[in-house]
Amino acid sequence: MATISVVPSKPWRPKLSRVWPDILGALFTALSSVAIVAVTPLKGRLGFSITLIVMAVITSASISWLRRDRKAALNSVSTVFVYVAAAFVIIPLASLLFEIVSKGIVGFSFGIFTKDMSLTSADSPLSEGGLLHAVIGTLYIVLLATVISTPVGFLASLYIVEVQGRFASLVRFFVQAMSGVPSIVAGLFIYAVWMIGLGNSYNVAAGAGALAILMIPTVARTAEEVLKLIPNDLREAGLALGATQWRTVAMIILPAAKSGLVTAIILGIARVAGETAPLLLTLGGADAINLNPFEGNSSALPFYVWKNYSLGNPESIQRAWLGVFVLMIMVFMFFSLARYFGRAKGANR
Amino acid sequence: MPKVLPEPREITTVPRISDRIFRGIVTTGGLSTLAILALIAFFLVFNGFEVIRDEGLRFLTGFDWMDAIPDEGIAATYGIGAMLYGTLVIGLLAIIFGVPIAVGAALFLSYYAPEWIKRPMVVVIDVMAAIPSVVFGLWGYFILMPHAEYWAKLIHKYLGFIPIFDMPAPAYSRSPFIAGLVLAIMIIPIVASISREVFAQTPPDRIQAAYALGATKWAMIKAVVFPYGIGGVIGGAMLGLGRALGETVAVYTVLNLVYDIRIEILLSAGGSVASMIVNKFGEADAIELRALMAAGFVLFVVTLIVNFIANAIINRTARRG
Repeated sequence: MATISVVPSKPWRPKLSRVWPDILGALFTALSSVAIVAVTPLKGRLGFSITLIVMAVITSASISWLRRDRKAALNSVSTVFVYVAAAFVIIPLASLLFEIVSKGIVGFSFGIFTKDMSLTSADSPLSEGGLLHAVIGTLYIVLLATVISTPVGFLASLYIVEVQGRFASLVRFFVQAMSGVPSIVAGLFIYAVWMIGLGNSYNVAAGAGALAILMIPTVARTAEEVLKLIPNDLREAGLALGATQWRTVAMIILPAAKSGLVTAIILGIARVAGETAPLLLTLGGADAINLNPFEGNSSALPFYVWKNYSLGNPESIQRAWLGVFVLMIMVFMFFSLARYFGRAKGANR
Repeated sequence: MPKVLPEPREITTVPRISDRIFRGIVTTGGLSTLAILALIAFFLVFNGFEVIRDEGLRFLTGFDWMDAIPDEGIAATYGIGAMLYGTLVIGLLAIIFGVPIAVGAALFLSYYAPEWIKRPMVVVIDVMAAIPSVVFGLWGYFILMPHAEYWAKLIHKYLGFIPIFDMPAPAYSRSPFIAGLVLAIMIIPIVASISREVFAQTPPDRIQAAYALGATKWAMIKAVVFPYGIGGVIGGAMLGLGRALGETVAVYTVLNLVYDIRIEILLSAGGSVASMIVNKFGEADAIELRALMAAGFVLFVVTLIVNFIANAIINRTARRG
């Protein structure tokens, strides 16, 4: 007895007869762009990309017009533009990452993490000196900023989500607006309070205060989102068991939201780790490690980058790129951590 | 043996002491964010008060930023008019360059992209948002500027008859055009992610209805997605504008600060309040420092207003969705 196997026809699958005009169109676009760039005075990558876009628009529009109608032509033109826009998002980032790695890798060695710049002059080769002081400075400032901003950020998010006090929507609105405060303004504010008002000079605590102001909104908003994801059943279960609100929040809500809250902190760190402008107004800059938060100038990676960029000689510029490279590694590390914890939260839910 | 019922518990709506303490602490923490904003405004005004009082409205409209020269009897004049104008110019340029690309990318992610490209690209946009501004500054100065100068030359060559593309002198580097390009790249992530959020809230039944009526993808987007999401896109663009107005070091590296109002955007002369503060901060004396505080206050107020409006628009759009 012959078996009859039923093959599903899958009518949505693109058939060759439907695809070949598109393939031909793409081929035509590429070939004609190459031809036009070769023949006409248009030249270089810019000329080629412009020609390519124009030819893609013309080809796709005329193909769809011939096969269907004007509306289909409009549709394909817009499709080309949407793809071009997506490419324009990728291109700068790709260029940025490529340049950072290719320029930063030059002076990269293990030695830069063991030395600072206190015994090295700015125009000495990259094999001398290092950026240990800047790395330590950044970690130190970010740690202090986290210590300051985390309680405030979490309390603000608890106020909005759990307590829901009279000003909850107002606080929410202002926290949103606070995330748009220019970083330079935060630096000026700290300078006004800490230096002019209280008479201190440049130090780590001032830098940390400025970064904390920028970090609070990120922490508060992310934590708010996380707390909102906790199902209301948990709150009601806690209250029904006779727990006070304080016990419910401390023993049910916060443990349930733990990984999300960690994500909030790390996102805040990633937001401020590279901030430069407020540090220019508060740190003073140094070439050696300074671990006293209230006394003496200090440095940080963004500051190091900025200083070496401003010095302008070839070795300094290379050092600036090296600093950028290390800074980006740090930011990406925080960023991947945040994503890792964010995903762990999703798995638990 | 008779059962002894326990005394019924007293039922009260008055919170316990522990709860009252808890609520007190949380409320204090919540309101402290308001306090920080108020303190920022207060301290900047407090320190910049004398300059604002002496200069009056001229502080906003004046073009001169000069320290006093006591020997020649010249009093100090501080005006940020040119810098304010320059800030708005580069902010608008950033919007013009950045928003169409960001919205296009958001459309791509929402309606065009195949699944396998969607996730990496969302990560790419998130990564872009996390890149520090000093990195954009270095990249803009060393990598983008040589290209952008060439583009500017082409624009001037073919569109030079339009006044804003005119060039009185062949100085193409560090122009508002280039600053606008760098800022555009910096605001793309935020505009794109907010646009994507509001596009995601478009009612799916309307989308399917449009397709069922025979609409092409673009016709569907024009008829359904844009009317629903336009508020969010505008809000996102304004949020990006707020970022662009307050951007400091990236602009400082790619913009030549000149205390003059110039309409030519390709010329190496522009202004930015935030960059000016960093520029002047190093060698400022006590009085100039007050002027810088006042400038910071103006910047603070402007960005706060832009952010307020942006958030109000976005919240309204998001709630309706």
